[in-house]
Amino acid sequence: MQRYILSKKNSITLISAILIAFAFFGRFSLDNMAIFNWSLIIASILGVAPIAIQAYQALKVKVVSIDVLVTIAVIGAVLIQNYEESAIVTFLFLFGSYLEQRTLNKTRSAIKELTELAPESALKQMENGEFEEVDVDDVDEGDILLVKTGAKVPVDGTVLTGEGHINEASITGESLPVSKKVDSEVFAGSILENGTIQIRADRVGEDTTFGRIIELVEEAQDSKSEAERFIDRFSKYYTPAVLVLGFIVWFFSKDIELAITILVLGCPGALVIGVPVSNVAGIGNGARNGVLLKGSEVINDFSRVDTIVFDKTGTLTVGNPEVAEKEFYGKNTEEVLGYLASVERESDHPLAKAVLQDIGETTFSTVEETEVVKGGGIVAKIGVHRVAVGNVALMEKENVKLSEKAKKDVERFEKNGNSLVLTAVDGELNVLMGIRDQIRPGVKKDLQKLKKLGVKNLVVLSGDNQGTVDLVARELGLTEAHGHMLPEGKSAYIEKMQAEGGIIAFVGDGVNDSPSLALADIGIAMGSGTDVAIETSDVVLMNSDFSRLPHALGLTKSTSRNMKQNITIAVGVVLVLLASLLFSEWMNMSIGMLVHEASILVVILNGMRLLRYRLRE
Amino acid sequence: MQKATIQLETLSCPSCLQKIENAVKGINGVNQDSLKVMFNASKVKVDFDSEAVAINDIEKAIEDLGYPVVKSKVKPA
Repeated sequence: MQRYILSKKNSITLISAILIAFAFFGRFSLDNMAIFNWSLIIASILGVAPIAIQAYQALKVKVVSIDVLVTIAVIGAVLIQNYEESAIVTFLFLFGSYLEQRTLNKTRSAIKELTELAPESALKQMENGEFEEVDVDDVDEGDILLVKTGAKVPVDGTVLTGEGHINEASITGESLPVSKKVDSEVFAGSILENGTIQIRADRVGEDTTFGRIIELVEEAQDSKSEAERFIDRFSKYYTPAVLVLGFIVWFFSKDIELAITILVLGCPGALVIGVPVSNVAGIGNGARNGVLLKGSEVINDFSRVDTIVFDKTGTLTVGNPEVAEKEFYGKNTEEVLGYLASVERESDHPLAKAVLQDIGETTFSTVEETEVVKGGGIVAKIGVHRVAVGNVALMEKENVKLSEKAKKDVERFEKNGNSLVLTAVDGELNVLMGIRDQIRPGVKKDLQKLKKLGVKNLVVLSGDNQGTVDLVARELGLTEAHGHMLPEGKSAYIEKMQAEGGIIAFVGDGVNDSPSLALADIGIAMGSGTDVAIETSDVVLMNSDFSRLPHALGLTKSTSRNMKQNITIAVGVVLVLLASLLFSEWMNMSIGMLVHEASILVVILNGMRLLRYRLRE
Repeated sequence: MQKATIQLETLSCPSCLQKIENAVKGINGVNQDSLKVMFNASKVKVDFDSEAVAINDIEKAIEDLGYPVVKSKVKPA
């Protein structure tokens, strides 16, 4: 019976609305007070039933909940024959909680989208060798599973037979399908776009990478900050206190009307719901945009960060060297480039790769008598020509004379942080190339956005030599750059900055720098999603996407602000209500309930704005 | 000890949490420290001794409060 009534809460709300409308119709159109009163009495009894049941259940487990306050208030109103108040208050309370549920679902939608990507069933090989569809929970490690085109990979596993292309966007954020063949690793939650594969289950359920991400986000949305825990503790005593206050007022004034009005006005609704709502919407926005934020404490700390430390130049640079500058001397450039490519084609030196990439299409010639000069480069014979490819030392060894201009170029290239590759044919310098690691596209703009968001210090700590580091720093406008740094040095530096009162975020890949990640106020992992860094950090940028960083910072600032707004609204409303009860004539139970429910909706709608948050350009 | 994850229908009032917490804590055989009621995820996570109490009893305690259980999962802890 109790359960039946509770499950019909929405219908009850509707019926009580109709009854209230009918009551007022009876009174003003038919001038019939009997219809008016009886409609309202029925509406009150009907409406209070589910609330009273919840109140009773709450009292049974020793909780004085809002339901208890409202039930007493409604009963009180019926006793003093104020049926209008009792009916309207129950209706508003029920309708309010209906709207709350609807809007709350909206704020949670972003995270729901994520969890709904989780696979639900799998085709598992049974003992007779046939594949049968089973619930994903019934898959154990070591089971053989069949994945068909268009299906979700149900577990983390290894491909046994077959091949195909898999979209791993749910794990890495990368939407280009990845080719998989025998022995490739596949991840739960990714989608097989073509082909058919059989896989062996290696990790199942919550142990899969996807399962861990979901678990993490779910924990994050319900993690509580210090302020929230305080509100929780506070509201535990607040509601009983309101009840006691109402009783005291009634005892001394014998004014039931006033006493029950206090009960309604004192409901703490918006205060307890305001912060969780901002939290879930903010974290949901992040999850949708490739930023995993681990809880509301992280949001608050991150929003106050004034120093961001990058773990290495590789975070800011592409991480693979490219030809940045080049000069040609003499004629026959095309021919010489062909020679150069032919020589470099046979080398596995990292600089050779950059050179080949830069030259691109060319005519290759047969290389004879290749000689590798240690610490210098390569000398080879192509046809009748002697081709030397290498650094300045090799050129000296080969007696290649550098012109004044070439000397100046060499100096300039070195100053710009390049590694040099010189090419001489028959003792004449033809090509000078400067190779260096490129700044990641867009990083400069992203760093400016961070500054605009109020980050004062942008620091790079790198194992590279100071020259390279300075160069990157100058080009990007970093405030500090330190080279020759070991992991211990980095954590010592962070401690020093913290001692000076800075709030530090450390951006790293989480493998070598886990002490710094842990030590910093906010550890940000540039993870491809499959990394262990997910576990150790506070914030994860999926797919190592640097451009997510400004969004992440802006989002935490907005979310933190949003929480404060919600707390202000909630406290403000209670204060205004109480003040108007004391100092004005027009305050009554119905208006109190209306304002109260409205304030709850306002904080939910305010929180919902975070779902649409985007960093302004 | 078994680990239960109980998915509830959407929770909409934070004060529900306190009710569910108290109700589940009051059951014999439940590890009180492990209890976690998650508002936004609308989930209850708790460790319990399967010899002293069945998962159905925990579910019933929650449903009696008026919060329908969608599904629950039990794993060895």
